[in-house]
Amino acid sequence: MSMWSTVLVASAFAFLLKLAGFLVPHRWLDGPRTVRVTALLPVALLAALVAVQTFTTRGGLVLDARAAAVVVAALALLLRAPFLVVVVLAAATAAGLRALGWG
Amino acid sequence: MTALPRQRRRAVLRQSLSVGVATGTYGISFGALSVTAGLSLGQTMALSALLFSGGSQFALVGIVAAGGSGAAAIATSSLLGVRNGLYGLQVSRLLDVRGLRRAAAAQLTIDESTAVAIGQPEQPAGRVGFWATGLAVFVLWNLMTLVGAVIGNALGDPRRYGLDAAAAAAFLALLWPRLRSADARAVGVAAALVALLLAPHSPAGIPVLVAALAAVVIGVWRAYWTEPPA
Repeated sequence: MSMWSTVLVASAFAFLLKLAGFLVPHRWLDGPRTVRVTALLPVALLAALVAVQTFTTRGGLVLDARAAAVVVAALALLLRAPFLVVVVLAAATAAGLRALGWG
Repeated sequence: MTALPRQRRRAVLRQSLSVGVATGTYGISFGALSVTAGLSLGQTMALSALLFSGGSQFALVGIVAAGGSGAAAIATSSLLGVRNGLYGLQVSRLLDVRGLRRAAAAQLTIDESTAVAIGQPEQPAGRVGFWATGLAVFVLWNLMTLVGAVIGNALGDPRRYGLDAAAAAAFLALLWPRLRSADARAVGVAAALVALLLAPHSPAGIPVLVAALAAVVIGVWRAYWTEPPA
């Protein structure tokens, strides 16, 4: 398969997958339980994504500077820090620990 | 639909722009990595503009760089893309768009735009957040892909600046207001645990999907026990 076909076929699939969610008729999702599930789905996906981004490297479980940074972010959120402060604190924690040679 | 007060609007736009800048910066590594993997400048730019989903793009060029087949690259990229379709179910309800705007919204449905959208307590703010974040990420991601592809990874490893941790922290911060509800908290924690249990044993993309489905089952189940059926 040529590189261009790989690029274009992967892009077409990516778009069709994105579009699929929009093409499901709203009335199919109108039941009280379905409304609940659809609302919880992104929460579940993003929470799983945060866990994978924080604690894994190429599939292996890892405890490194990212974990420390996310703990700092969670503490900042508990103290009601604004969004940008949370993100900058997390980046600074990870960068700082790595500069010191950890994680 | 009530209009969004100017102050709230500015707060949402600021959040969208910061997510766009942080994500966009990663585009430099993507552009550099893609060209190193053997893709041309045109192919690299096509991925950022047409495929437009960071996780899928990194996985695709990673497989190409490792000498994997085109079919394997497409399969992994698509597996990672399934979650965008699941986001679409909720984003579509939020936006309620038709025609070309629907196609545009679908193309912009990624982790970042969805996270900003569902992180807003009121619907108008969710809509503004979705479009602003989607467009900011799209423009900056493509611009930075070009920079990385042409001049190489000028910034060096984004991990040096803690950008990987910043991305995880940003998603956590965006989810945070939702986690005030006990239901969402239970679902979020369950999803995180299931994903980590599966991560060492399954291909990329699977842990997050299975975790989300498992968590939603728990969510429905909880609802069943805590509320009498309507």
